[in-house]
Amino acid sequence: MIDILLSNPGFIIILAGMLCALIPISEIRKFLVGAAPIAAAYMIFTAFKDAEAARTVISVGGQDMTLMRIDRLSMLWGYVFCLAGVLNAIYGLHEKCKLTDSSALIYMGAAVAGVFAGDFLTLFIFWELAALSSVMLVWKGGENAFPAGIRYLAIHVLSGVLLLAGAVMFARANGGDFTIQHVGLENKGGLLLLLAMGIKCGFPFLHNWIQDAYPKASITGTVILSAFTTKLALYALARCFAGEDILIYIGAIMTCFPVFFAVIENDLRRVLSYSLNNQLGFMVCGIGLGTQLAMNGVAAHLAADVIFKGLLFMSMGAVMLRTGTAKASELGGLFRSMPLTTVFCLIGAGSIAAFPLLSAFVTKSMIITAALYEHEWIVLAMLLFASAGVMEHSGIKVPYFTFFSHDSGKRVKEAPWNMLVAMGLASLLCIFFAFPWGGYQFLYSLLPYQDVHYEPYTGNHVVTQLQLLFAAMLAFAALKKWKVYPDERRAEILDFDWTYRRLGKNIVLWIDAMWTRLSANMSVIRGRFFDSAGKKLYNFFSPAGAMSASAPSGLSAVLTGGMLVVLFAVIYLSRL
Amino acid sequence: MDLLSSYPSWLITHGAALLIILPLLVGAITSVLPRERLAWIVTLIVTLICVVTSLGVLLDVYFNDAQLYKMGGWDPPHGISYIIDGLNTPLIFLICAMALLCTIYGLPSVAAEVEPKKRAPFYAAFLIGVAGLLGMVVTGDAFNVFVFLEVSSISTYVLVAMGASRDRRALKAAYNYLILGSIGATFFVIGLGFLYMETGTLNMADIGNILRDLDGGSRVSLVAFGFIVVGLGLKLAMFPLHMWLPGAYAHAPSFVTVFLASTATKAALYLLLRFIFMVFDPSFEYVITVVTYVLTALGCIAMLFGSLQAIFQTDARRTLAFSSIAQVGYMLLGVGMATGLGLAAGYLHLLNHAVIKAALFFALGAFWYRYGITRIDDFAGLGKMMPWTMGAFTLGGLSLIGVPFTAGFTSKLNLVEAALQRGWAWAAIVIVVASILAIIYIGRMLMAAYFQSPPEIDGEVVAKNEAPLMMLIPMWLLALLSIAIGVNADLVVEAAQGAADVLIGGGV
Repeated sequence: MIDILLSNPGFIIILAGMLCALIPISEIRKFLVGAAPIAAAYMIFTAFKDAEAARTVISVGGQDMTLMRIDRLSMLWGYVFCLAGVLNAIYGLHEKCKLTDSSALIYMGAAVAGVFAGDFLTLFIFWELAALSSVMLVWKGGENAFPAGIRYLAIHVLSGVLLLAGAVMFARANGGDFTIQHVGLENKGGLLLLLAMGIKCGFPFLHNWIQDAYPKASITGTVILSAFTTKLALYALARCFAGEDILIYIGAIMTCFPVFFAVIENDLRRVLSYSLNNQLGFMVCGIGLGTQLAMNGVAAHLAADVIFKGLLFMSMGAVMLRTGTAKASELGGLFRSMPLTTVFCLIGAGSIAAFPLLSAFVTKSMIITAALYEHEWIVLAMLLFASAGVMEHSGIKVPYFTFFSHDSGKRVKEAPWNMLVAMGLASLLCIFFAFPWGGYQFLYSLLPYQDVHYEPYTGNHVVTQLQLLFAAMLAFAALKKWKVYPDERRAEILDFDWTYRRLGKNIVLWIDAMWTRLSANMSVIRGRFFDSAGKKLYNFFSPAGAMSASAPSGLSAVLTGGMLVVLFAVIYLSRL
Repeated sequence: MDLLSSYPSWLITHGAALLIILPLLVGAITSVLPRERLAWIVTLIVTLICVVTSLGVLLDVYFNDAQLYKMGGWDPPHGISYIIDGLNTPLIFLICAMALLCTIYGLPSVAAEVEPKKRAPFYAAFLIGVAGLLGMVVTGDAFNVFVFLEVSSISTYVLVAMGASRDRRALKAAYNYLILGSIGATFFVIGLGFLYMETGTLNMADIGNILRDLDGGSRVSLVAFGFIVVGLGLKLAMFPLHMWLPGAYAHAPSFVTVFLASTATKAALYLLLRFIFMVFDPSFEYVITVVTYVLTALGCIAMLFGSLQAIFQTDARRTLAFSSIAQVGYMLLGVGMATGLGLAAGYLHLLNHAVIKAALFFALGAFWYRYGITRIDDFAGLGKMMPWTMGAFTLGGLSLIGVPFTAGFTSKLNLVEAALQRGWAWAAIVIVVASILAIIYIGRMLMAAYFQSPPEIDGEVVAKNEAPLMMLIPMWLLALLSIAIGVNADLVVEAAQGAADVLIGGGV
């Protein structure tokens, strides 16, 4: 039992999460929340022996389940998740909520365990566990978040079911082998698996749950949510569909279309959700390219993305904690009262926009270069456009409207110390990952493929990147100047989710109305029918009516007789 | 095997007789006991002995073989014989175990729901009812079946009527039950009369042999078959003959509802199985026609109509009662397939449903005990008011729906597999549709309990008031059992398989 428990670092975290649900003392819980990811990271450290994959296989009901498989790819993911876990733990120190602590740990543990799962069945279990535990974080967002949480849960359970169905089909065609391996679309079940991962990863038209649920979750909840779910899906995608051409285009589209929504969106946490989608696009595109350089880029960008996206959500969370809103139209001028948060947010924004010396600069460029090497010109153009777009909405819009812009007159306290520490650490990491003297080299040494060499700090690259960024800034400034830039307005922007939130709802409402009418009509018809058969008969059937004393027995007796006649008829006919 | 060897050999040899005689005799004594607590203790001891004995018998059949117990040493067909085989031992154990759990639950429940002076007679009637049910299941003599059927029925009429001090409608329900039950028993005994006319014997195995020699017999046996199926159909609440059931379940004392729901209809279904497959034989054209077309069709209609009616009920007990009718439909569908897999799946659902429904009705009884709640509208906030009871109810409810890793899932999965193997894809669809309907009626209660806040009285939220331990223990035992079966169903599936083997292979 202990062996199994110690086999996968995720289990420790899940266990800690379950313990948290029982512990009434907040301090002990907070300790567990911080210590569990550190312990898990240590376990990864001891479990990983070079390129060799350690496996723990148990047999459940005749089905082998590989609880633990570690190689360079899963190791990196595991470390990143643990790192995010520690940062989130610090960020959430001020909040005394048993439910958040325990569900956050279980959710994170499920993500880690999923990454180290060696077969689809194990993955499925943690896939669903992650969904179930994370929905609690959405629900903590308050009344508004409840329906969003239901939608979130429904879509994730659907994703899990698709995953299982696809895995079963794949394993059947494969002689019962459930091992997670390269699947490809040409194999049976491949399409279902891709769809399952696509939902969780936020493929175009399947992405709405991200913008729907994340901004509505609680302050710490959003930060925690942003780190794991989509990244777990990304990992599965990298395992099963590396080099699948269609992913290149899906990824490229994913990078571009959120730009437009993000520019007009008012709720800054929603803006960040769109930019989350956009960053995922880069990585999906990289997986589609599938070259060693591209896969390295995906892994590196993942590490960078978890940190800087977390940092941006953290800073918005801090603003929200102090001002009570994350709407661009109601914020502005906060740099006076929250200077440190401003600095951290700017570092995060610079990182996501890939300023030289900040993390995405050394990671995103690998993917773009890989696209260049593969001569995917259209894709390359799209990625470059998206890079400029990122600068526009995440790099400039988020900090500009929050901390600068017109003064909202809000004078609030600086963020709590624990949030500052978490944001500070994340900022340091953002800088460290791109530090030209030892920083990015360290990050690169953790990447899956060590044979490829990539040098980020070339004159060419730095200049190109700066040109791109300054062009974007210029465009922003110009648009602002001539007042063409969409004003921050209070409005809810409906995306593809209109189809199910409005259209679907309306259809359901219509069916409901029709059903009510139909059933009303039916009950009239029924009433007439039973009136003619006798009023007592009707009283018997309506649930509210008490069983009248004589009629039902009489009726049932008649029915019994009728039943006998039917039976005799059948028996008689059977002899013919 | 170790457990079995610790049994004294006389207990195994005479177990079948002891199981019936003990509760019957003690029941007679219990009715005149002066104090209710004494009556309860006596009942507890008797049911405990029954559980131990039935477990011994179960193990004996499992490890050794089926046995034939000859009452008074008279050989059949002249004497009365009791059969102990793979088909009835799981049911015998189920009845005894449910009787024990109900008795434990009964200490607080009966005290709250039955008038003081009627409590000792209540336990007496209960014991006699147990004896009757066990007799129905054990006996190998057709007329004996009728006698025990009446013994159990009459005592259950009384038990249902005892609910009158809680709910006056119990009297109407009991009357209704009495009329219909008597019609059912009469039909059954008319069928037996025809059979006797045809074969000249009342021993079930003997009738079976003679009928097989006659290749199904003359028209007399056709008529006999029709009467017997309808008579038993009434007792097991086969779809159009279920009218007595909702009232009886809704207004009887909680204790009785649990016991009826988990055992009475099951024993009748067992008799139907034995008569169809072992007294008559599916190789007769008329038997297989009725089984394939009538039982299957009625089963499917029951699954859909019962579930739909359950959805529109306002009373929680009635909802579950209609759901019971639907669940009988599942079992009939399994029987209607008339294949080994189908029968095993039906029998498995019989066992699982007994566990699930008992847990659910236990919880409903506890809701009434603490807050007087029977209507679904009043469930609001029960998740906070009685968290443990509601927890057991939730587990049971999920199991009833058939969520993976619950007993309900196991049996429904088996049914679907059996249906597909039989080539009845439509039956699989009906099962899924009925399960979706189950989500609605169970979901309605769970939503009210968990998503609505507890009611306020005079501006104060109603305080938490958990059910007493004596109620929680049996409830949780069954709820956990239903999960355990869902996780590892090997034992139960094996028992069901054994029962199906007996039915297909022919018995003693």
